Amino acid sequence: MNFLHHIGAYLLMLRMVFIKPTKRKVMQRLIFQDIQDLIIGSLGIVAFLSFFVGGVVAIQTALNIESPLIPKSLVGFATRQSVILEFAPTFMCIILAGKVGSFITSSIGTMRVTEQIDALEVMGINSVNYLVFPKIIAMLLLPIVINISMFLGILGGYIASLYGGFSSTADFIEGIQMDFKPFHVVYAFIKTLVFAMVLATIPAYQGYYMKGGALEVGKAATVAFVWTSIVIIVLNYIITQLLLT
Amino acid sequence: MIEINDIRKSFDELEVLKGISMTFEAGKTNLIIGQSGSGKTVLLKCLLGLYTPDGGNLLFSNQALETMNDDERRTLRREMGMVFQGSALFDSMTVMENVMFPMQMLTDQDEHSIHAAAEEVIKRVNLMDAHQKLPAELSGGMQKRVAIARAVVMKPKYLFCDEPNSGLDPKTAIVIDNLIREITQEFNITTVINSHDMNSVMEIGDTILLLKDGVKAWEGTKEQIFKTDNEAINDFVYSSRLMKKVKEVYQ
Repeated sequence: MNFLHHIGAYLLMLRMVFIKPTKRKVMQRLIFQDIQDLIIGSLGIVAFLSFFVGGVVAIQTALNIESPLIPKSLVGFATRQSVILEFAPTFMCIILAGKVGSFITSSIGTMRVTEQIDALEVMGINSVNYLVFPKIIAMLLLPIVINISMFLGILGGYIASLYGGFSSTADFIEGIQMDFKPFHVVYAFIKTLVFAMVLATIPAYQGYYMKGGALEVGKAATVAFVWTSIVIIVLNYIITQLLLT
Repeated sequence: MIEINDIRKSFDELEVLKGISMTFEAGKTNLIIGQSGSGKTVLLKCLLGLYTPDGGNLLFSNQALETMNDDERRTLRREMGMVFQGSALFDSMTVMENVMFPMQMLTDQDEHSIHAAAEEVIKRVNLMDAHQKLPAELSGGMQKRVAIARAVVMKPKYLFCDEPNSGLDPKTAIVIDNLIREITQEFNITTVINSHDMNSVMEIGDTILLLKDGVKAWEGTKEQIFKTDNEAINDFVYSSRLMKKVKEVYQ
């Protein structure tokens, strides 16, 4: 019953996000601030992780190819497929659930604890729209981040293959061009957009409806991370089933 | 003027307000006092529209809240200012931005006139030196003054304060109390203050409502406090040794 209550409250919150909007000029400022905090602020960690995980994927693939019949280009192929299909859109979003999600929950939760949300309500402002809508809009730029992640993941794989002596430049490039299906990139971006919505709203829900003090803000951030990750994994399965099979 | 008639509010089985009636007059500081859990905050939240009463009615300038349409309620909201117990200032905004915020959100005035109006109230609360500071850089008393400035920048008809001097030293508390009183008289605001601070009661209590277990236990002025033999108010006021001494001296 508690679970159903949360789903109902979450859906009602989503409805509130889109009604009684905040003034456009104020909203623009909030959106730019959230783009700075959520998107630009995540680029560093995304770039770092993507580059090195791409490298590890390439090394692992190369080390598992023992048969001389398997072409060296498979290293590039496997790196591309792993990075585009799963690592960049799904696992990067789970990593961002920790970074972006906890930021959203703790910032909104702190506003709840310190009565700032009550202050907005007393002024007659739709606090859900004011707080959550700009985050949803900012997170719609997540595909750009994931695009960078894909590029750097493959670049990391290339550099690791080349300097580890696992593959030549020609083999790696042949591999990343082999049997390329543009729809896989579209599929990755569709997933990313769905996950972006999840990343913006589940942590916001946890922060907005939290009760208690500073300790509960920390707990809410943890709960938000757990639920965001679970929902991303489940949706990943459903979207993959729908789009790739 | 705010009139409340037979206001009732329950949460599940717990009846918090059991039929409160009272009139809060304009230009006066009206205090709601009582022990923790007596229903003060719930009553204040009912007045603010954050809670809907289960029974009774609320009249703002003789117009019943329940008969107001959405536009009228929105207008009423804009006529209200609130000073929260913890100030509730927006952390990421400077003092000036905090004070400008309600006007930016709720009016169509240009940025220049909003800035001028904010500057006027910031001067009024003596914070011009701090107008570019963030709330975290201010003392508790200064934060309260910013909260008051933000609450009155829209020139409200009704001002609500939830324990405005909690956590402040007695001297700063008197400064805040007097500031609220002066602003109330200057702008002819109907001010309702939740408090359990006897210094505030004796300093600015034009009208006092004592709540006890969700019912009105006493109503009067600060002058009447020393003369009444109402058990509830005497229990509340003279719970400290200092106040017992004050009464002796007064008598």
